[in-house]
Amino acid sequence: MSDIPADLRFAESHEWARLEHDGGVKVGISDHAQEALGDVVFVELPEIGKVFAAGEAAGVVESVKAASDIYSPVSGTVIAVNEELANNPELLNSAPYDSWIFKLEPSDTSELDKLLDPAAYKAAIGE
Amino acid sequence: MGQRTPLYDLHLALGAKMVDFGGWDMPLHYGSQVEEHHQVRRDCGVFDVSHMTVIDVSGAQAKAWLQQLLTNDVERLHSPGRALYSTMLNERGGIVDDMIVYRLMDGYRLVVNASTRNQDLAWMQAHLGDYDVQLNERSELAMLAIQGPQARQKIAELVTQSRGNLIQLLKPFEGQPDGDWFIARTGYTGEDGLEIILPADQAPGFFNDLVGAGISPIGLGARDTLRVEAGMNLYGQDIHQDVSPLASNMAWSIAWEPATRQFIGRTALEAERAGGVQHKLVGLVLEERGVLRAHQVVRIANVGEGEITSGSFSPTLSKSIALARVPMATADRAEVEIRGKWYPVRVVKPTFVRHGKTLI
Repeated sequence: MSDIPADLRFAESHEWARLEHDGGVKVGISDHAQEALGDVVFVELPEIGKVFAAGEAAGVVESVKAASDIYSPVSGTVIAVNEELANNPELLNSAPYDSWIFKLEPSDTSELDKLLDPAAYKAAIGE
Repeated sequence: MGQRTPLYDLHLALGAKMVDFGGWDMPLHYGSQVEEHHQVRRDCGVFDVSHMTVIDVSGAQAKAWLQQLLTNDVERLHSPGRALYSTMLNERGGIVDDMIVYRLMDGYRLVVNASTRNQDLAWMQAHLGDYDVQLNERSELAMLAIQGPQARQKIAELVTQSRGNLIQLLKPFEGQPDGDWFIARTGYTGEDGLEIILPADQAPGFFNDLVGAGISPIGLGARDTLRVEAGMNLYGQDIHQDVSPLASNMAWSIAWEPATRQFIGRTALEAERAGGVQHKLVGLVLEERGVLRAHQVVRIANVGEGEITSGSFSPTLSKSIALARVPMATADRAEVEIRGKWYPVRVVKPTFVRHGKTLI
């Protein structure tokens, strides 16, 4: 259905992670996740400086339908958050792969290898 | 697999995301719930509400039977074509269901909730007694709601001349048959509009005509945000068997006069009123970012606690609103707990939006 950028890696809980040139990891939610959530109306961003383990709840996306936790796909420290989502949460619906939620300084980049590549993620969601 | 309305295949063809609602497979939205909401407030849209239960009441004692069954008094329906809203209570004053009652030429038509069909029919049959009354569930009928400021104008242009004339003539809370259709100026959105009850086999064609004429199909998701903005209660969520209309912002649907009319639950309501009603249903407005949800705890300083019964993001207000049951002494400020943190909220009358206008 959707074209997934090849450089993304996915958690089974539907977050994507992208290793940036500066060594940081940006995190967002998949197209599949935004479609299941419906219209996103609020994003609770993590605080900068917070440390998360892989799989730990790091934020919340609220759609008209329900609140949904966002789990950090890898371990690390939050070094930036996407403030644009505060005023335009619907960007998660319209451009899920361009709309990052937070950026981590990863504590162990090898954790990225444990995530799913686009083909494996597509298989996991039955596409 | 749930029950399906005659429009099920059409919903799928229109790309609906289907969900279970009271045992029925119903469209949640056809793409964007928020866009559908705006469409109804600004223009109009069509909802499949065929899951709702239509019960015709006939017989020589239909009026007398309804007068002891319902809180509102069908005596107020002075002529065929008039309608009223009522609750039906148990002996404790708790709400068995809420409904619209239409007066027909030869009886009454009740439209009750889908999720309460079984309990309603069981309750009604258990209270038939010796009344000369016949109940006829009209499951062979479908029902469409067309709501929004442009709804009547647009529909009048798409139907026969006689139906178009009827649509122009109907006043709010009136409903009349035309052939095998029943057309009413009622709804659940806070906007002007129609509810049309028609034979199931005609429903897909009519729905298709409306969509072909540019009238957007609207899912249950937007139906919920529209009714919350309008401050209308949803059975099973804001009202249920253990709360009375007095604690539900619905005292207006109780006809106390004549005092001799003994409807089921009256004694309990009078005792509740005499003892002082303990709770009320209010509106909440969250001024900060976030979303109020059902079952979140409401805290009122020096008064006590309450609970959100329906909470949502309001597309019209671009902020979160809720209906909440709180202690009677609650004034204009409260706090709500969201994920362990307390957020200040304004307490308002639970009508947030009506006829496209913000009231808070």
